[in-house]
Amino acid sequence: MPYRLLKFALRRKHPEPRMFRAPSKLKDGYDAVIIGGGGHGLAAAYYLAKDHGITNVAVLEKGYIGGGGTGRNTAIIRSNYLTQEGVRFYQASVELFQDLSRELNLNLFYSERGHFTLAHSPASLRIQRWRAEVNKHLGIDSEVVGPKFISREIPEIDLTCGGQQAPVHGALYHPPGAIARHDAVAWGYARGADRRGVEIHQQTGVTDIEVRDGQVEGVHTDKGFIKTRKVLSAVAGWTTNITRMVGLRTPLVIHPLQAMVTEPLKPWLDKIVVSASLHLYLSQSSRGELVAGASLDPYELISMRSTLDFAEGMCTGLLDLFPCLSDIRVMRQWGGLCDMTPDFSPIMGTTPISGFYLDAGWGTWGFKATPISGRSMAWTLTNDHDHDLITAFNLSRFSRFDLVGEKGAASVGH
Amino acid sequence: MKIINCPINGPCPVQEFHFGGEVRAMPDPSTVTDEQWGDYVFNRSGEPGVRQEWWYHIPSGTWFIAERNNCTDEVLRTYLYEPDQADG
Repeated sequence: MPYRLLKFALRRKHPEPRMFRAPSKLKDGYDAVIIGGGGHGLAAAYYLAKDHGITNVAVLEKGYIGGGGTGRNTAIIRSNYLTQEGVRFYQASVELFQDLSRELNLNLFYSERGHFTLAHSPASLRIQRWRAEVNKHLGIDSEVVGPKFISREIPEIDLTCGGQQAPVHGALYHPPGAIARHDAVAWGYARGADRRGVEIHQQTGVTDIEVRDGQVEGVHTDKGFIKTRKVLSAVAGWTTNITRMVGLRTPLVIHPLQAMVTEPLKPWLDKIVVSASLHLYLSQSSRGELVAGASLDPYELISMRSTLDFAEGMCTGLLDLFPCLSDIRVMRQWGGLCDMTPDFSPIMGTTPISGFYLDAGWGTWGFKATPISGRSMAWTLTNDHDHDLITAFNLSRFSRFDLVGEKGAASVGH
Repeated sequence: MKIINCPINGPCPVQEFHFGGEVRAMPDPSTVTDEQWGDYVFNRSGEPGVRQEWWYHIPSGTWFIAERNNCTDEVLRTYLYEPDQADG
């Protein structure tokens, strides 16, 4: 143990500042209550305080902040989506991310890498071309590239996949694609919100939501009742628990998604590589670990367990693309919950229940949207009206048959 | 390895099965409103608990119903579809 740490532990006073306060108990009421202390909920709290001056806000977190999807994703940030609504929304998020370390005064290790979505078939290449054209039309840096370009940028890749899989025909290349330290995003927003007066209550679970005549009146927690007329549910994989409390039906189904990291290596991969056909995405973190994620587990489950199937499948795909990794060890693997929607777009904004707002349906695409979802949900809570960027994502789209189909851009290609 | 009991072939590894989603009753398309039809097409009971689900045994082509807890992943019962047995 380092000497400094030992000295610190034995000291009576701990002078190092806390990132945020730990309020001892809940107040009787708040102007707004945010359920879920992940990136999205904390960002919404931050922008409520910063943009709208609403600081009498409680963030309720059942576990610890950033312990759900925020800390379990593979931290990829990009905006090369397929629909106009999606591209506008995620691009706004990328722009916020680019300046976020400065805004939160915390190093998020935001690192622009360049994002390759490999196409193993002409059909896949056609989708990538479609995405590139939509992207370029909306001013996003995105282009279809051929095998030569890929080999030059990622010399270690085996584009023939060792003959085990269909070879790589080309890729969608998105230079602004980035990675960041995901837990720091949650902590940075938490500190920013806390400094502006927002209360963050960890270890506080919501047991019920009080609705009278179609209006939210308060929230029951395991630490008592809170009066409030505005509740934001930002709990991603746990959303179906919350919507059940208010009697709201949604299309959400929960699937686990698993990821893993290898032992740390010297930096060799400065790009983000995604293969839809091999169901994997790969990047190297600033600590040198290779971070790899897969597609969804094949059936619904509200559990974060890990399986051997995943590890085997993941390693098979990885070795087809990067045979040089054959003697690299996997260090750990984990699972997270994905609340999937039928069109692979989120469910955001107002609901039929007055004062109940949803920030859900984040499936496998939630981390990259953290800043903009926080900002647009804060606006929506304040004005009781969907922000321009999220009107297409309202829950009501499913009764109007007006979906925002992002499957080609959001499914495995994060 | 996870084992599921196929009503025809007995216990088989989960890799031999395909998940078909929850068992749902289709309303009469000619009489429902657009909103009710949208509810049937899109909305699901995604909350935690025991549900009836469709599962498919791939090698033998058998569709059947499993009662499964979607939090603990325990399969409580499996049986072939009988119109009066399924809630849906």
